[in-house]
Amino acid sequence: MSSNLARLDRRRLAALIRKEAVQIVRDPSTLLIAFVLPILLLFIFGFGVSLDANSIRVGMVVQDSSPQADSLAQAFRASPYLEIEESPAIQPLRERLVANRIRAMIVIPQEFGASIDRRAPLPIQVATDGSQPNTANFAAAYVQGIYGTWIEQQGMAHFAPTVGVNARYWWNPELKSRFFLIPGSITIVMTMIGTLLTALVVAREWERGTLEAMMATPISMTEFIASKLVPYFVLGLGSMALCTVLGIVVFGVPLRGSILALFLLASAFLVPALGLGLFISAATKNQFVASQAALFSGFLPSFLLSGFIFEISSMPKVIQMVTYLVPARYLIPPLQTVFAAGDAWGMFARNIAVMLAFGAFFFFLAYRTTRRSLD
Amino acid sequence: MLEPVAIAKGVVKRFDALIALDGVDIAITPGEITGLVGPDAAGKTTLIRILAGLMSADEGELSVLDGAPGTSLEQLGYMPQRFGLYEDLSVIQNLELYAELRGLSTEEKPETYGRLLDFTDLARFQDRPAGKLSGGMKQKLGLACALVKTPRLLLLDEPGVGVDPISRRELWAMVKALTAEGIGVLWSTAYLDEAEKCDSVTMLNDGRLIYAGDPSGLTDRMKGRVFSAGSGTLDRRQLLAQLLDESEVLDGTIQGSSIRLLTRNEHPSLPGIHLNSLAPRLEDGFMEVLGGGPGGTSALADAYTRFDRTDAPAIEARALTKKYGNFTAANQISFTARPGQIFGLLGPNGAGKSTAFKMLCGLATPTSGTCSVAGHSLKHTGPAARQSLGYMAQKFSLYGDLSVEQNLNFFAGAYGLKKAAARNAIDKVVEIFELDSRMRTNAGVLPLGYKQRLALACAVMHEPPVLFLDEPTSGVDPVMRREFWVHINGLVSRGVCVLVTTHFMEEAEYCDDILLIYRSEQIAMGSPDELKAEAGRIAGLGDPTMEDAFIALIEASNIDTKNPRKAA
Amino acid sequence: MGRLKAITIKEFWALLRDPKARMGLFLPPLIQLFLFSYAATLEVRNIDIGLYDMSQGRHSHELVQQLNGSPNFRRIVPINSPQELRQAVEDQRVIAAIVIEQDFDRRMARGDPADIGVVLDGRRSNAAQIVASYITRIAGGIGTQVKQLGEPESVRVTNLFNPSLDFLWFNLPSLIVMLGVITSIAITGLSISRERELGSFDQLMVSPLRVHEILIGKMIPPLCIGLLNGVIFITAAQLIFGVPFRGSYTLFISALLIFNFALIGVGMFVSSLSQTQQQAFLGSFLLTVPLIMLSGFSSPVENMPDWLQVLNHANPAMYFLPVAQGIFLKAMPLSAVVSWMWPVVLIAIVTLSASAWLFRARME
Repeated sequence: MSSNLARLDRRRLAALIRKEAVQIVRDPSTLLIAFVLPILLLFIFGFGVSLDANSIRVGMVVQDSSPQADSLAQAFRASPYLEIEESPAIQPLRERLVANRIRAMIVIPQEFGASIDRRAPLPIQVATDGSQPNTANFAAAYVQGIYGTWIEQQGMAHFAPTVGVNARYWWNPELKSRFFLIPGSITIVMTMIGTLLTALVVAREWERGTLEAMMATPISMTEFIASKLVPYFVLGLGSMALCTVLGIVVFGVPLRGSILALFLLASAFLVPALGLGLFISAATKNQFVASQAALFSGFLPSFLLSGFIFEISSMPKVIQMVTYLVPARYLIPPLQTVFAAGDAWGMFARNIAVMLAFGAFFFFLAYRTTRRSLD
Repeated sequence: MLEPVAIAKGVVKRFDALIALDGVDIAITPGEITGLVGPDAAGKTTLIRILAGLMSADEGELSVLDGAPGTSLEQLGYMPQRFGLYEDLSVIQNLELYAELRGLSTEEKPETYGRLLDFTDLARFQDRPAGKLSGGMKQKLGLACALVKTPRLLLLDEPGVGVDPISRRELWAMVKALTAEGIGVLWSTAYLDEAEKCDSVTMLNDGRLIYAGDPSGLTDRMKGRVFSAGSGTLDRRQLLAQLLDESEVLDGTIQGSSIRLLTRNEHPSLPGIHLNSLAPRLEDGFMEVLGGGPGGTSALADAYTRFDRTDAPAIEARALTKKYGNFTAANQISFTARPGQIFGLLGPNGAGKSTAFKMLCGLATPTSGTCSVAGHSLKHTGPAARQSLGYMAQKFSLYGDLSVEQNLNFFAGAYGLKKAAARNAIDKVVEIFELDSRMRTNAGVLPLGYKQRLALACAVMHEPPVLFLDEPTSGVDPVMRREFWVHINGLVSRGVCVLVTTHFMEEAEYCDDILLIYRSEQIAMGSPDELKAEAGRIAGLGDPTMEDAFIALIEASNIDTKNPRKAA
Repeated sequence: MGRLKAITIKEFWALLRDPKARMGLFLPPLIQLFLFSYAATLEVRNIDIGLYDMSQGRHSHELVQQLNGSPNFRRIVPINSPQELRQAVEDQRVIAAIVIEQDFDRRMARGDPADIGVVLDGRRSNAAQIVASYITRIAGGIGTQVKQLGEPESVRVTNLFNPSLDFLWFNLPSLIVMLGVITSIAITGLSISRERELGSFDQLMVSPLRVHEILIGKMIPPLCIGLLNGVIFITAAQLIFGVPFRGSYTLFISALLIFNFALIGVGMFVSSLSQTQQQAFLGSFLLTVPLIMLSGFSSPVENMPDWLQVLNHANPAMYFLPVAQGIFLKAMPLSAVVSWMWPVVLIAIVTLSASAWLFRARME
């Protein structure tokens, strides 16, 4: 291989890219990663992962037979947020709670009706399953909310808090988690194509000995790297477009920013993703090791440390520092913005710059490792 | 003498502690084929990679195409060991790719493709993916890709490994034709008969140069020391074993019903043996340089169970047929091999030989027909049949990431050897195959020769009456091949039946019976001498070699069929 | 028996011989345990919040103090104009901003009900909701203090098993399930396809080993590694992370064993189906992601659409997750464990038989 960096012959490059395209079309695993995986991820995140707990199964014991107790119980039964399971005694419900069949139980105590009449209500009790803290929180909040509304209807509004909170959720008033899950899925998909697929494809060339034949032809390093970059870049953008269309059509996520911004952001992210993939393949030259390395350095960080599902600010300091080294961290916020909010060019430009800097670094590594590879 | 297209002096290459090349010189003259020969791990591939500019030498002067290696890549053709083809791409797409990379102009393309496809006889397959071609075709396509733009220097790294004699002969003719245009060719090979035809040879051993020059220079030294030997009383295998143990004898091989001998001196004293002088070959010179072959006694055979030579068949195939969809891979294969016999399965690449072999050892289920091993039907008593066979695959197929010892332990256990018996069997093969110093080494990093030894060891530990060997000596150097055949001969004399496939026609000579498979059909069966005689009759050849016979029989079968492959 | 022993030992060596591979079996799960247990948190802490205080009175200051005192808030960024507010939220410098109107202090002083406005970042709807609940709780507290009524608790909430709702107590038992899925499927997924690709498969097939011996031999090592990893995790969860283990160890290990059988069945199935390691790897990956995401770890199973819940019945992790959490924190009794685990036994039987059948069918 010629080490002349500047040489870029259009014909040779076109031939290499054509070859890569034929291979992409012929190889089922490439298509699997590029098209089946995005759809699968999108459906899992779109349908399977809904962080808005909307129907929680809760046990209820009504120990009082007064009309008031009955009316409160009816309020719980009628709530769309709760699925009430009733029992005459506490013990069976407790067992259900231990067996993870219900998430919480409500006890309306004896003398409840009388206490309401005295206008000094006895507290109702809620026992949640603390082994699932998020659901426990939600369950308690729902019960409190329903109780609050009910007691107000009983003409005892003075229990309502004096300082009201008037919350407005910008860009996503219905609080759909798809608004952040879809951009997150796009990030994961592009990581898989850029890093995992590229690493596998180049490692396969090493394994099968085709790279050796290639290196004895007049192609230059730049041509070789460009020939890998262009097809997977296009594939990555294609997958991103597929996800976007599905997100909009099937999952009803808006695209409030411009398509230009979306493509610019995706392109900027693909640069470090591809660079990392090329670097891994040159360093490992073995499909199996390359796939493991790509999972650990590409997929896991993009999933875990990008702020996609898990809030970075909640992580310990050390891990927060690590997240600064994850390119996906710089894609998630602008991508969420371009979908939900609109164009915010200042923020986009800053993040794009960081991603490109990462890309330059990975390409430098990939170039160096490939060059001194056979020795 | 023309100016060499590539010249190297005192090339040294180290990999950490290992010295791969230790002061090697080579010169490649335009218009000539320079042969590069040597045993495994001699440094052949390393030298080629250095000349191609893929690796840099640690020391030495190099001039390739009037410059440093890697600077004039436009004028270099290189075919690596695995041909460097993209398996998902079709024949024409592979050609197209290399044509573009080498900057072939659009006007030249149709003419060049036409010429190369015609030259390689691949025109009919141009839309087939390279991965679906047979070994011989892949090799030709690899060559075509290296030739899209006629180079001044062509480097070929072991183009003949695993390829049948017909393809090898065709390849040779193709390359020979190129030299007429003034191309300098470097041809690396483990086949000494190929090297013999080269204009000059460079011979490496352990990274050192041991001979350079005209092949006849080495052959001539052997003049008067090569004989055909016979004896009235002993059968050829016993005779060979006995002769190889003689101190006078450096090397010996079976050739039809007689023995071919290389002796230490010109007038050996071998009482009771009839000797006829023969012309020496390059292989004789090679064997002498490497200090001769092994002795004739197989320690493995001496410690092996003795099986009765009954007439009951050891392997029996009846009308074995295998169909994949509407493609018939093997049709009506029938034969019988008896205990104490070597049975050879021969045929060109992709002829159906491997399919037949797989059905015989139970790796593929026949579509119709039956076969049995040591009296056990593979269909009904599979495990019992498998217990009585030993198997050695074409490619290394032991566990590369386990140590030698762990491999032995596993196969002893897999064949149901009990603790003490397993211990015994392992100790025995370790001693016989000199594996003790490598017990803790991973099998995958052993030198090729040791890998083959270990594979044979694993196949015979349970002392089966039947052995299946699929190209056991592919890519192995002649010394190692001799050692192998000493063991096989020894085992056969203990009554073991050996079924073997090979592309080395000299090895086919060791067989008692040969079945020739071509285009899924069995086209000939008989002893080597019978086949040679038949081929002589058909093709009008006097005293044909086994290779001549192989080619003649296949070409005869081509003429018989309605679609002749080529007007011979 | 001798043959089975031989292949089992061989499979152990194949996994453990190479020191790097050996590390690869135990180190990544352990690293993931640490990383996930801290990073994979659905809690929202260390929040930066904006405050646009137009009232600047005593009561709004008290609110700020309360926010500062809360462990969940890290910084309160003062904001002076609506433009600034928009910018701060849009750039995600703050996830929410509190807007206090000019008359807030006056109304509070009069004892009238007063509202505060909160603008939240809907792009991160989940975190935003949690932040809103924090703010509501604090604001509610202010109101009560102002009135100083000593009003009775209307709803008395107890969090059983995990009174302080410590997220780690949820995370660690769940991670035993997640990492089990990742490791077991990855190891078994490659076991057969690797032999196919490297050629040793033929060597196995010509030996007298029976199919069931080969399969059992290939199952035992991942099973042991799965159990060993499980034990390491249980120990680490208690000693390092301080999560209480309240149930029966025997019960936990038994359930873990059944779970691993099912996972190995899934892995083996993928492996029998694949011709190459790459296919096996991709296949395992494509299965692992849904198994984990739909297990109920990242969101409750009840939230999924019905058709997905039906499909999810084939997901062993969906059954074992509540059992792992239950035995750990709730001392789940045998009867409840059985009621969760019997489908897993069924899954194990189906996947293992299917892979044996596939193995036989794809021998050639």
